[in-house]
Amino acid sequence: MKKELTQEQFSYSGRNVLSGFLFGLGMVAFIDEAIFHQLLHWHHFYDRSTTEIGLISDGLFHAFSWFATVGALFMLVDLRRRGAWWKKRWLGGMTLGAGLFNLYDGIIQHKLMQLHQIRYGVDLLPYDLIWNILAGIMVIAGGIVVYQTQKQLKLHKGELR
Amino acid sequence: MMEHQHENMAHTTHSMDSITQILLSAPFIIGLLLYITAVIFSKRQNKAWPIYRTVLWTAGSVLCFITVVNPLASIAHQNFTMHMFGHLLLGMLGPLFMVLAAPMTLLLRTLPTRYAKKVTAVLRSPIFHFLSNPVVPAVLNIGGLWLLYTTGLYSMMETIMWVHVLVHLHVFLAGYFFAATLLYIDPIPYRYSYIYRSLVLILALAGHKILSKVIYAYPPEGVPRAEAEAGGMLMYYGGDAVDIVIIIILCYQWYQSKRTREVRYPVTG
Repeated sequence: MKKELTQEQFSYSGRNVLSGFLFGLGMVAFIDEAIFHQLLHWHHFYDRSTTEIGLISDGLFHAFSWFATVGALFMLVDLRRRGAWWKKRWLGGMTLGAGLFNLYDGIIQHKLMQLHQIRYGVDLLPYDLIWNILAGIMVIAGGIVVYQTQKQLKLHKGELR
Repeated sequence: MMEHQHENMAHTTHSMDSITQILLSAPFIIGLLLYITAVIFSKRQNKAWPIYRTVLWTAGSVLCFITVVNPLASIAHQNFTMHMFGHLLLGMLGPLFMVLAAPMTLLLRTLPTRYAKKVTAVLRSPIFHFLSNPVVPAVLNIGGLWLLYTTGLYSMMETIMWVHVLVHLHVFLAGYFFAATLLYIDPIPYRYSYIYRSLVLILALAGHKILSKVIYAYPPEGVPRAEAEAGGMLMYYGGDAVDIVIIIILCYQWYQSKRTREVRYPVTG
């Protein structure tokens, strides 16, 4: 069996997932901005087909993810200060958060709200497929890891009894 | 094209008059002089005041000052992108620096107790109690900007002097109270929880972002499209840059508060 859980990791198991999840979400939003908007110039700041709800969603999500990145890192430092950082669970949460944000961005924001497309002047289908399949894989992988740690948590609970 | 050229011609003759510049810059000069006087008095009473706070107040005052006097005032009057740059300094970065300089703390410790008590009484009055809820400055701040850029107010400000003065004072004061009610550097009549302040900050930041894309898409009255697009993007990313500072300080205070709680109530066993 794997390494024993410490009492702190057990007590702060929820915060480990939350911190990882928020960091994953913020990190992906940041990568999206840095690579696809600024370096590649594939994404556009605004395109003429952007709906009003798309603008609102973009504003809310970017504001939230900006805060989440910083907040999650402070939570991580706090967990480490308490000796409660559970790396596997944290990374699982991160992958889950990153995948879910990409899925939301790829399906709801790009497709339904027409915020902007992945790239302009090309056949979009392969881009959309790769984007969303990758996001789906991240959601599943992150979900499995979080589920595994959940089982470990239950086992630990059993031991405590 | 001809129309734009004509507009620019009309604008170049329209530089900022000196009365407006004096009215808007005087508060910052007076504020800086008062702050430095208070620091000197404080030192004489053998109460040292951190140098970094004096530096922050000076930097904040200078940033605000340069946006309301020439050459920047006149350039901002003619060019929307530069107007937005000035707005970032006067409404966000300048007031943030000044909040971090803790002017009320300095004032209260420099004044004789008798007067300090009076100031505290004023700060406890209903109006300050109302203003200390971060939602109020957030709405005044972001709501004010929505009014300015989506109605005829922007073009009114360009032509009517007192509207220009009022709008600029509002932008600064709203920015100051916004930062002051999110980060408790100075004493404040009522303290709100970290989670509440974080939510207000996120919503305000979202409102700022949405508005900057709206400006990009629908230029305000009398603003050429290219300037509105550059101005909107500057507002979006410039806002990010200043807001990350507020976010980091707020999260750091939150993180610190968790430690003091642990020390105060140690868990045994």
